[in-house]
Amino acid sequence: MSPGLKLILVDETVQAGFPSPAGDYLEGRIDLNEHLIQHPSATFLVWVSGDSMVDAGIFDGDLLVVDRSIQAAPGHIVVAAIDGELTLKRLARRGNRMVLQAENDAYPVIEVDENSETLIWGVATSAIHWLAGQPPRTGTMAAE
Amino acid sequence: MKNPTLFGLVDCNNFYCSCERVFQPSLEGFPIVVLSNNDGCIIARSNEAKALGVEMGTPYFKARGLIEQHGIKVFSSNYTLYGDMSARVMSVLAESSPDIEVYSIDESFVDLTGIPDGDGFARILRRKVRQWTGIPVCIGIAQTKTLAKLANRVAKKAPKTGGVLDLSANPAWLEKALAKVDVDDVWGIGHRWAAMLHDRGIHKAAHLRDAEDGWVRKRMGVIGHRTAMELRGISCWPLERNVPDKKSCCVSRAFGQVVTELSAVREAVASHAARAAQKLRRDGLVASHITVFLMTDRFDNGDQVLPRSDYESAATAELGGWTADSRRLVGAATAVVERLFRPGRDYKKAGVILPFLESDACAPRGLFDRPEPKSKNLMAALDAIHAQYGRRSIHFAAEGTKKAWEMKQELRSPRYTTCLSDVPNVRC
Repeated sequence: MSPGLKLILVDETVQAGFPSPAGDYLEGRIDLNEHLIQHPSATFLVWVSGDSMVDAGIFDGDLLVVDRSIQAAPGHIVVAAIDGELTLKRLARRGNRMVLQAENDAYPVIEVDENSETLIWGVATSAIHWLAGQPPRTGTMAAE
Repeated sequence: MKNPTLFGLVDCNNFYCSCERVFQPSLEGFPIVVLSNNDGCIIARSNEAKALGVEMGTPYFKARGLIEQHGIKVFSSNYTLYGDMSARVMSVLAESSPDIEVYSIDESFVDLTGIPDGDGFARILRRKVRQWTGIPVCIGIAQTKTLAKLANRVAKKAPKTGGVLDLSANPAWLEKALAKVDVDDVWGIGHRWAAMLHDRGIHKAAHLRDAEDGWVRKRMGVIGHRTAMELRGISCWPLERNVPDKKSCCVSRAFGQVVTELSAVREAVASHAARAAQKLRRDGLVASHITVFLMTDRFDNGDQVLPRSDYESAATAELGGWTADSRRLVGAATAVVERLFRPGRDYKKAGVILPFLESDACAPRGLFDRPEPKSKNLMAALDAIHAQYGRRSIHFAAEGTKKAWEMKQELRSPRYTTCLSDVPNVRC
């Protein structure tokens, strides 16, 4: 036997009897990553703290999928760095200005400074809201 | 005719500092530094920290005065985060360019041969990496890898380039760059060659380019000659496309403080073995042997360097077949520690090496090796728990609980991208 040759021992057990009738129809199980994450290298997860987006269906303790590859446009729910702090709001147009709106009447509208290029951190693409069995979260604040 | 070669060198700006800033945008514009393992020395500085006079490699305790005086923000190194951010940057580069060679954690060569507007392409690429990952990069472009490195260096220091400099497009710029960059800073020129070259009046990259061929060959061999050729725009080093398979794996750490107890050394080694096993499984590999090494101080009480056999001891054990089971690696490694440990010594560092690796799918099996489906399931469960809750959540008893030996990492940021409980909070 040549030294480079490797034998592969297959450790599958051999089934006697009829093969499963479902065998020809096997598919991979649904993987949520494939459906929730279009651009893996640009996608980040963040925890939500606060209640200013409740009318958009985003609640305190939800987990958001944020895709930085998407060019933010009016209507998108975005993560923005406001005064150095990561904040979630809806990007909207007011006349010829861009604003960040809360989705809760108790919160004010925030004007956007158009000159600041780092303002928009990413576009939220989905929110995961646990109904039972939420994983623990240590809640490390971005700006400690 | 074949296209003339064109290379880009993409280098992340102050990479470790930039990674920290992505998740703490409040640090934009503020001076920050990152410390080495064990919070020993400064290994990364933001531009603002450089401007304040913080030097690379300075021991933390020496820089403390300056740090406190200017309110410089200090981070312990967070290699989990930097590794993931690096993978993101490299994958954006790979999917946007014809071909790339990952050169280090924060640098990559890009093959731009045949691309008509290298400068325009690089500017779009640079913007894309910044938007997708948050990491700022500079790109140098030229006909050879050595010149692309040089172009990158100039781009980084001259803000008016906008982070991109294409030296292939403009001979006058190329000439200027070669005249400006010190020969010490040319890719592949180390300290000894630099000293020799300065003695000969060769101070700048341009001087080396213009040096006489026969002389360069005689004094610096084939490698040095190729460097000179590359400075002339003749490509000698192609893109290295084939990343070699991993042939071995090493996990080692310096202790946070000197360790003299067998139990502490054993715990550290058990923890490294568990980590090595996890790496194997991640990469679909198995190992046949495990080497454990222990190190004491390299110097005696004076400044004499001791012979290697006095400060390092190592031994190897068989794992009894190819495996990636943490229990077998931890068991074998702790048995080796018992043999190596000598009371009365001050241990400074310990590690494990897996010298022989095979892919799990084609590792040779002994005739009597049992397939280990239970082992696979158990290890998969272990990895899943670590992925969700971090490596602290569950571990082998042999790794200990106090971890007195563990590195000091008092100022480490969260693992924002690899551990669900650590992902950033956004306020709303």
